[in-house]
Amino acid sequence: MKKTPLYQVHRDLKSKMIDFGDWMLPVQYFGIVDEHNNVRNRAGLFDVSHMGEIIVKGPNAEKYIQKIVTNDISKMKNHQIIYTPMCYFHGGVVDDLLVYRMNDTKYLMVVNAANIEKDLQWMLKNCKEEVEIEDVSDKIAQLALQGPESEAILQKLTETPLDALPFYTFQDNVELGGVKVLVSRTGYTGEDGFEIYARPEEIPGLWKKLLESGKQEGLMPAGLGARDTLRLEAALPLYGYEISQDVSPLEARLEGFVKLDKTGFIGKEALARQKEKGLERKLAGIQITGRGIPRQGYRVQCGHKDIGFITSGSYSPSIGKNIGLAMLASEYTQIGRKVDIIIRGKSTDAEVVKLPFYTKKYKR
Amino acid sequence: MNIPKDLKYTKDHEWIRKEEDLIYVGITEYAQNSMGDVVFIELPEVGDTVVKGDAFGVVESVKAVSDIYAPLSGTVKKINEKILDYPEKVNKDPYGSWMMAIESSDLSQWDILLDAEAYEKLCEEED
Repeated sequence: MKKTPLYQVHRDLKSKMIDFGDWMLPVQYFGIVDEHNNVRNRAGLFDVSHMGEIIVKGPNAEKYIQKIVTNDISKMKNHQIIYTPMCYFHGGVVDDLLVYRMNDTKYLMVVNAANIEKDLQWMLKNCKEEVEIEDVSDKIAQLALQGPESEAILQKLTETPLDALPFYTFQDNVELGGVKVLVSRTGYTGEDGFEIYARPEEIPGLWKKLLESGKQEGLMPAGLGARDTLRLEAALPLYGYEISQDVSPLEARLEGFVKLDKTGFIGKEALARQKEKGLERKLAGIQITGRGIPRQGYRVQCGHKDIGFITSGSYSPSIGKNIGLAMLASEYTQIGRKVDIIIRGKSTDAEVVKLPFYTKKYKR
Repeated sequence: MNIPKDLKYTKDHEWIRKEEDLIYVGITEYAQNSMGDVVFIELPEVGDTVVKGDAFGVVESVKAVSDIYAPLSGTVKKINEKILDYPEKVNKDPYGSWMMAIESSDLSQWDILLDAEAYEKLCEEED
């Protein structure tokens, strides 16, 4: 089992730890609902050191990345970030990731912890260009500071003007509390916030400084449990749940990140074909109107006919309802459609609702 | 850890209180603490039969779904409707949040239940 640089800190805070993709990570410190609400109303600090980082560099880096991801990176400027799926030839998803453009010839790719090895193999296998691909996951750790107070808290620790850092951009070599870090305005909660990349040995010191800096604003640690309910409300996909090798990004409502007019990228033919034929199924938002909580794998029916399954579900602290994402036969995905969720063998009333469940509060 | 002396317990972390002819059942402080925020509860209906050791309901926290087990066999006489609407009460006051009251068909099973001391030992072992 792998441990982040904050393992002992989490222990000392008496957090509940769980095994997440071979990492020991805190699922909660004080309570998922309190941590969730604190991120929505004030700010929360997450240890996301498990995330993977892969550097791609060389004169052909742009051309190579264009080939392996579905989004278009050709219009990116330095210090911009894009979100993109990376697909197999058949259109299923290898992983979803962030691409940071460091400069013309160097990109940082931030990938899911559980997929690092698989991504690397896939990237190497499909690399005919002369580029350098390096897994730097062990050399970089990450904190996520999320919530409306994030900018105020972070600004106290740096001279770099953060209001000049728009959503999905970053600055490297930022001096934060005396340490050089990379700061990006990104996150996985639907709130404004930052992700901070630093060397693992700097992370415990930064964690402490951030919590001290944010005391007045009400900053508290937040665990994986809150991260999951926050991202679910914002309808942000989680690999292995909404997307996988068996689900295409089009089915997962990620068509905005699939540029079918881009020349020759892996998965293009399959995805174009799927789009032309029309999607047989797609992701939809579900709200329970009866009693029960939808959970991953629960069947969804309409008039006793199976029409799909729940990919993620939970009680939603911000909405106060039980919600879920579901992969449904397309003809059942219109807003307001009444469906049944099979919970422990019994049928529970639900309806299709508009996504996201929670309106994202990003700073544009 | 709050483990009232006047209650009985099961190894599955239910508490049991006898009041006149009825046996009240809830989940312990230890149980609510390890589950985290309780957000949903499913209970049997009045008149249902429950069997010792079998699941009679479900308690869901944000992350997890947990069965709750009948400490004795019997017939459900009452359920606590209030906690169905306010499941968070189980976190705040686990020993005040009874879930069902049963009339036991076999009170000889009573003696097998754990007393506070034995239950405390069990919790320490699990920690």
